[in-house]
Amino acid sequence: MQSSITFGSEETRLSMMERRRKVGVVWQAVFLFSTSLAILFLILLLFSVIDSTFGFAAIRYEMKPSELMDGKSQLSEFSRQQLEETAKTHLSSGILRRVEYEKPIADRTDKDLIALIEQYVLQPSVLRTWGLWASLTKQGEINEYLFDQGDAVLTFKSWLTIDFLFADQSANPLYAGIRTALLGSLWIILITFVFAFPIGVGSAIYLEEYAKPNRLTRLLQLNIFNLSAVPSIIYGLLGLAVFVRAMEAFTSGSLFTGVSDTTANGRTILSGGLTLGLLVLPIIIINTQEALKAVPDSLRMSSYGIGATKWQTIWGQVLPVSIDRILTGTILALSRALGETAPLVVIGASTFISVDPSGIFSKFTTLPIQIYQWSARPQGAYRNVAGAAIIALLILLMVLNSSAIILRDKLSKKKRMEA
Amino acid sequence: MNKTNLAESLPPVFQEKSKLEPKKTIIQLDDVNIHYGSFLAVKHASMEIYEHEVTAFIGPSGCGKSTVLRSINRMNDLIRGATLDGRVLFNGEDLYAKDVDPVLIRRRIGMVFQKPNPFPKSIYENIAWGARVNGYKGDYDELVETSLRSAALWDEVKDKLKQNALRLSGGQQQRLCIARTIAVQPEVILMDEPASALDPIATSRIEELILELKMDYTIVIVTHNMGQASRVSDYTAFFMVDENRTGYLQEYEKTEQLFLNPVHKKTEEYISGKFG
Repeated sequence: MQSSITFGSEETRLSMMERRRKVGVVWQAVFLFSTSLAILFLILLLFSVIDSTFGFAAIRYEMKPSELMDGKSQLSEFSRQQLEETAKTHLSSGILRRVEYEKPIADRTDKDLIALIEQYVLQPSVLRTWGLWASLTKQGEINEYLFDQGDAVLTFKSWLTIDFLFADQSANPLYAGIRTALLGSLWIILITFVFAFPIGVGSAIYLEEYAKPNRLTRLLQLNIFNLSAVPSIIYGLLGLAVFVRAMEAFTSGSLFTGVSDTTANGRTILSGGLTLGLLVLPIIIINTQEALKAVPDSLRMSSYGIGATKWQTIWGQVLPVSIDRILTGTILALSRALGETAPLVVIGASTFISVDPSGIFSKFTTLPIQIYQWSARPQGAYRNVAGAAIIALLILLMVLNSSAIILRDKLSKKKRMEA
Repeated sequence: MNKTNLAESLPPVFQEKSKLEPKKTIIQLDDVNIHYGSFLAVKHASMEIYEHEVTAFIGPSGCGKSTVLRSINRMNDLIRGATLDGRVLFNGEDLYAKDVDPVLIRRRIGMVFQKPNPFPKSIYENIAWGARVNGYKGDYDELVETSLRSAALWDEVKDKLKQNALRLSGGQQQRLCIARTIAVQPEVILMDEPASALDPIATSRIEELILELKMDYTIVIVTHNMGQASRVSDYTAFFMVDENRTGYLQEYEKTEQLFLNPVHKKTEEYISGKFG
């Protein structure tokens, strides 16, 4: 019997195959182009961040070491006694009192004293900074600038240092650090996790394992999907209305302590954490539901088949095989919360704060807010500080995300091998 | 030809079986109708299943034999929209009475599924978990060993009890599932095509196991394999499907009777392979 499908003559068939091959090549090129473009933008982003974090800075000192002590061009050449004496005579009385209060001058190390004198007596100020690229390519322009300024000192500076991580805010970009913001971010994430994880996983278990698929459940499900797509600023407004205003007694801590010992008025870490908790809640619910859906029904059946209850089945069989996916999704949701700025600004996070958060009823700032605030400052050097803070934030996010991956691999490996 | 003559003319294995006296009824289906939503899946099923006998359910696809099997330990409750009317009696008790907890029934009437589905845990945990959730207080090591021995799996796995059960072969996994069911000490074991996903050698081991287990348990097995039904079962129920795709019990007899001298034409056609 003759086949009813014909391919035409040998010639048309060959030309068709050639066309088919060409179409494939074109599409492959399109995909390669998109990938390259994405990689290019990523490289540009990294370059611009790194560019602002390292580079030359022209610094002018109000005083030179030689003006303090004849014949000494470096603070490190000072003797111990000279250092103590300089500190006592040249520090302004206000600063001296604070310094003495924190730790008496006599008990401080040489290095400590040099840093103090440098900051408050020599008083360096940044005149101008150059990015890494400019530092490497525009030597002539930099030298010209220095010549015009006369007494400015050029130093190659890495704005990201260990001190930068542990220093608090400062009006001088040379001494600004992210400790307060980092602590604020970590506190916020802790509250977000404690609030959103149990509620999110609990709701997901209920919706996936217990709820009957009726109209109400479908409506709920639809709303959860919609909520996960609501812009974060809306959550900020919700948090402002509910946590900061309506629940002020609770979120400011005055409900527990009688009086609020801060001036936060509900704009506390607790409010911020709860707001971000609301923001990531739908994401955690959806992700957990997906993880539970991925557990084959045969596992549940076999558990019921030997007389296990629903709860025993969920706790003993379903959760152990889905916990890796649940945790991975939760960590990814938390890293989204870590990068959120808008809702926290709306609920009134402080933008300039030099006091470390001491608990959940403290005022706070977070890394993204700090970065935003620095990049909006008129002094150019704060742009470099912001760059360093961006790198710190990116590293923090990378640590979180890779811990998610490691956790998942570890748990699923354990599942496969089962000691 | 009368029945006595027929029995004498049977092969020896059947003669021996036919000498067995009818035993105590352990499960009784009384005019059972099962719906999935508005679809009537099984109608007017009435039968008695006897203690310490192997009862096979056979029939073409969609005839409701698995549905009936699952109704015996209320696994159908887990399927959305499944409803049953009529009565299913277990030792005279109505399993569908208001105050009956399906979870307790499933411990007494265990189930082995078509596809081997051990828990993704160690071999040891597979056995121990079921006992633990049912509140077993005795020696777990001993329980694991006796259960695995009863399922003819002990010698193969005794050195790797901590190994993940998913690394066993399909046949071993299915015997582990049987061991897991035995470990909670049920009275009845329901098997839903337990060997259909296995190779012939693994299948024959399961069949041998079924014959051993019937000393201690009542077994109800759904199978597509006519040879398997005739090899392992004492009684066979043949289910048919009508023009509305509703299943019904066509014929229920001692196995040799049903296979060698079926009353209904449909039964004869099915067991001789004319359809199915």
